[in-house]
Amino acid sequence: MESTVPTSYYVVLSAILFTLGVTGVLVRRNAIIIFMSVELMLNSANLVFVAFARQFMELSGQVFVFFVMTVAAAEVAVGLALIVTIFRTKKSISVDDINQLKG
Amino acid sequence: MARLCASGICQRVERMNRRRTLLWLGLGLLAVGALAFPAAAWAAPMSEEGGSAGGATFFGLIPLIILFPVVGLLINLAFGKYLGEKWVGVVACGAAGLSFVIAVLQLVSLVNNGFHAETFSLADWIVIGDLNVPWAFQIDTLSVTMMLVVTGVGTLIHIYAVGYEHADVRHNGDPGRYARFFVYLNLFLAAMLILVTGNSYLTMFVGWEGVGLCSYLLIGFWFEKGEGGVGNARAGRKAFVANRIGDWAMLIAIFMLFWMFRSLTFGDIFGQLARIRLSEQGQLMITAITLLLLIGATGKSAQIPLYVWLPDAMAGPTPVSALIHAATMVTAGIYMITRSYPLFGLAPISQNAVALVGAATALWAATIAVGQFDIKRVLAYSTISQLGFMVAAVGMGAYVAGMFHLVTHAFFKALLFLSAGSVIQALERGQEHASGAAAHDSGHHGPDPQDMRNMGGLWSKLPITKWVYLIGALALAGIFPLAGFWSKDEILLDGFTKGITEGKPADLAVYLLLTVAAFFTAFYMGRQILMVFFGQPRTDAAKHATESPRVMTYPLIVLAFLAFFGGALNLPGLFGLEVPGAHALAEWLGHTLGEAEKGELNLLVAGISTGLALVAIAISYAIYRGKPATAEERDPLQGMLGPVFTGMNRKWWVDEFYDLIILRPYNWLARISADLIDGRFWHDWFHDAVLAGLFNIFSRLLADGVDKGFVDPVISDFPADLSKGIAAFFRRVQTGFVRSYALAVFVGVVVVLGYFLIVR
Repeated sequence: MESTVPTSYYVVLSAILFTLGVTGVLVRRNAIIIFMSVELMLNSANLVFVAFARQFMELSGQVFVFFVMTVAAAEVAVGLALIVTIFRTKKSISVDDINQLKG
Repeated sequence: MARLCASGICQRVERMNRRRTLLWLGLGLLAVGALAFPAAAWAAPMSEEGGSAGGATFFGLIPLIILFPVVGLLINLAFGKYLGEKWVGVVACGAAGLSFVIAVLQLVSLVNNGFHAETFSLADWIVIGDLNVPWAFQIDTLSVTMMLVVTGVGTLIHIYAVGYEHADVRHNGDPGRYARFFVYLNLFLAAMLILVTGNSYLTMFVGWEGVGLCSYLLIGFWFEKGEGGVGNARAGRKAFVANRIGDWAMLIAIFMLFWMFRSLTFGDIFGQLARIRLSEQGQLMITAITLLLLIGATGKSAQIPLYVWLPDAMAGPTPVSALIHAATMVTAGIYMITRSYPLFGLAPISQNAVALVGAATALWAATIAVGQFDIKRVLAYSTISQLGFMVAAVGMGAYVAGMFHLVTHAFFKALLFLSAGSVIQALERGQEHASGAAAHDSGHHGPDPQDMRNMGGLWSKLPITKWVYLIGALALAGIFPLAGFWSKDEILLDGFTKGITEGKPADLAVYLLLTVAAFFTAFYMGRQILMVFFGQPRTDAAKHATESPRVMTYPLIVLAFLAFFGGALNLPGLFGLEVPGAHALAEWLGHTLGEAEKGELNLLVAGISTGLALVAIAISYAIYRGKPATAEERDPLQGMLGPVFTGMNRKWWVDEFYDLIILRPYNWLARISADLIDGRFWHDWFHDAVLAGLFNIFSRLLADGVDKGFVDPVISDFPADLSKGIAAFFRRVQTGFVRSYALAVFVGVVVVLGYFLIVR
């Protein structure tokens, strides 16, 4: 293995991405943006997985990434369907408008 | 159907239908037989092959004798509505017939077993401490005799009832009850068979109660009919209550038997009796037990003083009168006393009491029968009288004679009742014909078809019924050589022998009473025959009477045959000569009852009784020849005997007497109890004033003081307010904004992670 990017770089990048994701979830109202932020957080986790997998030459980390991506895809499918339905009834996808159990 | 067939053309169709009915009957017997085959296969391994005297025995099949009627009644109970009359009849008759087959198999088994009694134990029934009552069957010559009579006569009556009820349910306007009748009839058969097959007093008591119930149900079969719409229901109640009095005594006797012998099975009790020597106290106990058993028998077998229910029981349909209230159930008392012969043998006082009660009943009821106008009531009192003969016989220790008379009486009294039913329906048909078919559905109308004053001149109208009726009447009157002659003569002979030869005054009295009763018997039967069949028809109904269908007359012919030749069961010896087949029943029963006396034909006794019977018939002929000429004319005896006849007609005012000394005081006591004790004192004062008042005060205290004062504010309001307040506080957290929840989660995660990273 020649001179490569050190693992700590990946971790820092991942932390930055995760923070961006968290901030997005907390401050944005548009449900789609929130979803995208969640994806960002998931992918920051994936990055860390891959980075450590490379460092320790351990395949299981990379396998995990596939699992995460699969679950994320499923989650997006379900989430988008929900959002479409909500938009149809509420004419809005702002999460602050969805504050009632019944409606 | 019946209405259509009032015209002549349809009669041929009807006849064809009858033939088909008979065919169906045969097929049905086969069908039920096929059903029974698995059951038989189940039971067959239980029958031991090869008895001591060679040949197969079928004791293991004995449970089937009860199972068949039970299966029959269950089928009719569940599907009777859908089966149609034909199949209901087929199932019921098939069940009865198969029971008869089983009874015959038991007879064969006993013969092959060398006449040794056998007990077939089916299961433990009651096991509590000392009390151990198995559900077991007693198969000996006595019980098999009863089984044969019950199932044999029962089957014939079932077949007859197929025809009789067909008309009866239509005459009474409710054809839907057809199946119910046969359910009851099969239930009765099952109960009666439990009674005679049981091997303990308790099993017998189960059957004893069962037949009482069936009797009640069947007397009240048309419960909404009768006098004032409740007459039949009242008759059923009367029978039930009178029977209860007897049952009460019977139960106490059973308790005492258990107390004394620690067992209730016949074998145990009689075995102990044979072993131990009775102390004076034990002697007293036995006397008490047997006297109580006698009271039980007076209830079931309609003896003085409890006989009053039997005449009223004629409210039931006629096949019921024949089966239950003449041929089988009422003989239960005689069977029970005969079965208990070792007990009665040790209690001479009870024996005398039994004999005297029987003889007194025989004469008493015979005199009442003379004054009756209802064709069935005459036969009812005659039944009481004949049961008196049997009871007197078993009381004198002549058990074989009693059983012999029981068997022959079952034949000829069933025959008489069924023929009377045939006469009644003939009159109903005549009435319908006379008044036109239009009035068909309106139930009772016109002259009473059971009143002999409305009959007369039926001799030419009823070609079969007249002959069988005549045979039955002559057999009952005791005319040589019919069945009644032999059996009645044997009883009289026993009274004569014991009374005069052995000089027992009680038995002499019995003999004299019975002889006089025999005279009256012949007289009232002669009167009945003359009033029913001879003279001019006194009503339109009698004028247009027609013979009954074959399904009714064929069983009558069979019964007439039995009533004619039934005496051959137990012919007496003649001048020391061995008559072939003589004493058959005595020897047969002797295997169970011990060596029985074998009567010689005593020409004096036989001559007296036959002579008296002939004289009585002659007198009745002289009086009733062609009389009364019209229904309104008074009975010729009324003119000759005056108040005595009125007494006979009014049943010596026994019902009124009981009403006065028992019912009225009882009702008075009941009313006092109800109004004064229960109503005024117990209800108004104690309950309303004392209990309710105290309770109100107490509950007011509880409500105001405890509930409102303490429970409401402290136990319920305070915690409620508390939780309400807490909830109100925490409700604010629940904003409904997703982002604030997410923030909370985020902060939480940071705090937890921070704790782990920094603090630890």
